[in-house]
Amino acid sequence: MKGLVIVIGRDLRLALRQSADAWLAVLFFVLTATLFPFGVGPEAATLRQIAPGVIWVVALLAVLLSLERLFLADFEDGSLEQLLLSPLPLEVAVLGKVAAHWLTTGLPLIAAAPLLALLFHMEPAGLLTLLLAMLLGTPVLSLIGAVGAALTLGARRGGVLIPLLVLPLYIPPLIFGVGATESALSGLSARPDLLLLGALLLVMLLVAPLAAAAALRQALE
Amino acid sequence: MHRFANPARFTRIADRVLPFVAVATAAALGVGFYMALFVAPPDYQQGESVRIMYVHVPSAWMAMFIYVAIAVASAVALIWRHPLADLAAKASSPIGAGFAFLTLVTGSLWGRPMWGTWWEWDGRLTSMLILFFLYLGHMALMHAFDDQQRGYRAAAILALVGVINIPIIKFSVDWWATLHQPASVFRLDGPTIHPSMLWPLLITAVGFKLYYVTVVLLRIKSELIAARLRALDLARLKAS
Amino acid sequence: MTLFEGRNLDCRRGGRDVFAGLSFELPAGGALLLTGANGSGKSSLLRMLAGLLRPAGGAILWDGQPVGEDPGAHAARLHYLGHLDAVKPVLSVRENLRFWASLREGAEGQGAEGDGATAEDAGGGEAVPDDSVLGESGRLEAALDHFALGDLADVAGRLLSAGQRRRLALARLLAQPAALWLLDEPSVGLDHASVGRLAAAIAGHRARGGSVIVATHTALDLPDALPLSLDALAPPPLPEMIW
Repeated sequence: MKGLVIVIGRDLRLALRQSADAWLAVLFFVLTATLFPFGVGPEAATLRQIAPGVIWVVALLAVLLSLERLFLADFEDGSLEQLLLSPLPLEVAVLGKVAAHWLTTGLPLIAAAPLLALLFHMEPAGLLTLLLAMLLGTPVLSLIGAVGAALTLGARRGGVLIPLLVLPLYIPPLIFGVGATESALSGLSARPDLLLLGALLLVMLLVAPLAAAAALRQALE
Repeated sequence: MHRFANPARFTRIADRVLPFVAVATAAALGVGFYMALFVAPPDYQQGESVRIMYVHVPSAWMAMFIYVAIAVASAVALIWRHPLADLAAKASSPIGAGFAFLTLVTGSLWGRPMWGTWWEWDGRLTSMLILFFLYLGHMALMHAFDDQQRGYRAAAILALVGVINIPIIKFSVDWWATLHQPASVFRLDGPTIHPSMLWPLLITAVGFKLYYVTVVLLRIKSELIAARLRALDLARLKAS
Repeated sequence: MTLFEGRNLDCRRGGRDVFAGLSFELPAGGALLLTGANGSGKSSLLRMLAGLLRPAGGAILWDGQPVGEDPGAHAARLHYLGHLDAVKPVLSVRENLRFWASLREGAEGQGAEGDGATAEDAGGGEAVPDDSVLGESGRLEAALDHFALGDLADVAGRLLSAGQRRRLALARLLAQPAALWLLDEPSVGLDHASVGRLAAAIAGHRARGGSVIVATHTALDLPDALPLSLDALAPPPLPEMIW
């Protein structure tokens, strides 16, 4: 537990001192979303209808954008092999790094989501559900993304490869995340979708650190 | 050194087995397609276009079967570091992608008369499209490293993660599809499918399986020969 | 008495046999000096001994036990210094060092078993419990001072020269005790005085019963180190690859 906190603290400190990286994801999130009114027209009804989908897809792309730097710097400067050789199990170290990634990427996206909801004329009724769904869904994005980032370390086209590996696996959280928000907007219960998102989070909490740690070990061989 | 003894034994066995599997493939596919095209009855609603099913459905089965086969091979490769398992995974991936693609194309053709469009976001077709993407990712990762061993191991981990995710993806896509549109048209009507349709379907399915075995054996064999050539090159480089 | 042992190790990298049939024995307090031409596999051997690389054949034993059985315990008992310094540019020298030290201290539960296996390892914190709290930061400052980094302690990693970064990486060895040091070209980029400090650190480590394996091209004062040349262990140019 203590090791986990140490890793999170270190990665948070690193992220805060290079805060431009964290801002980049949020900026991308807002900027990309503002392209849609130009694409589909500014009619409030249209925007309201596509709001949950746009917010989720853009959030997913913003997370994707931030994945490459998750392990790359540590891989290149030798920190990763030291981390592997520390007494801390590598799975725990991965979990710590993913937690720090979520705190510096997922959480700011959630904070910026109400702004997008406003720009897209989303009904206030859906906002709380949207935020709740993002709270459950964005950690899933970080966890799955960690596997993709770990697998592509040292690859010839690592940055281009990550989306190819990760995006298909992002479809379930996207479906449940949008589903929850749309249910809430149409007056239905968002509970089933939120429960499914929660279940997905639990599964990925178990699977992703194992898979990412295995990928990191073989990347360092 | 078992890692060198095994390929030799594999090649010997493969050489002996290959002619039989190849002939069996041709026979099963010949009989299966003949029955599908000339013996099986046309559908009272869909007419002759129902015959696409005899390619579409076995292809879909194969696309899913091969991904599971890759996952099994990957587990063997990761746990026991068996080099033939790596080669089997590498050889299977493009075949699986081919079957997934065939499923998508035949699905589009089959659906055209009914939907009036070349593509519908039907649950099953959409799942197959995602499976096709998973295959592409697997193939890309396999070839993304200068060190082939690295590619094998990364792709193996990806295949295992993928196989855990496939049921989740399938479930979520079904969940999504039922919200947005009625149930799929690609459906065999329950367990009471008429034997005149079932037999051609099963025979082509067996033919596809045999085809997979034939091509995988051939591809593993050629990989082994390529590896041997590389080893000879390296040895010559060192000797000079 | 042999503490750390390699038996018949084979190394295979990128489809090529690097060395085969390598064996060595290292007692507590002993030193092993790896020599060999470029590409003879010195770095690969050290990575293998650290547990980063799986040997293609043979066994690595600590106290008679295969290290692969408990990689966590093995990691806890060793310090590995590779070509890379693992220095974060935005963290200060002290922050860099403290992170790695605290990671070992924080996971002492897992490491205790490995440390306990070596009775000679007098540096193990758990032997003297009252020393552990005060000792950690004291040891960290002592490690910085030993490699003459005391004045640079608050300087950001990105401002360090290559030699200073190397010294910071070396300070990790002293910031937390470990029974086995695996050093890959530790003196690269070091000035004359720093090489002397490195030799002193190794001597102190060995005096406390610690063992060390060093691969180096430059002269490094290692009294009665056992030499191990990898040149003789290169496999024949035409191995039995041709089936």
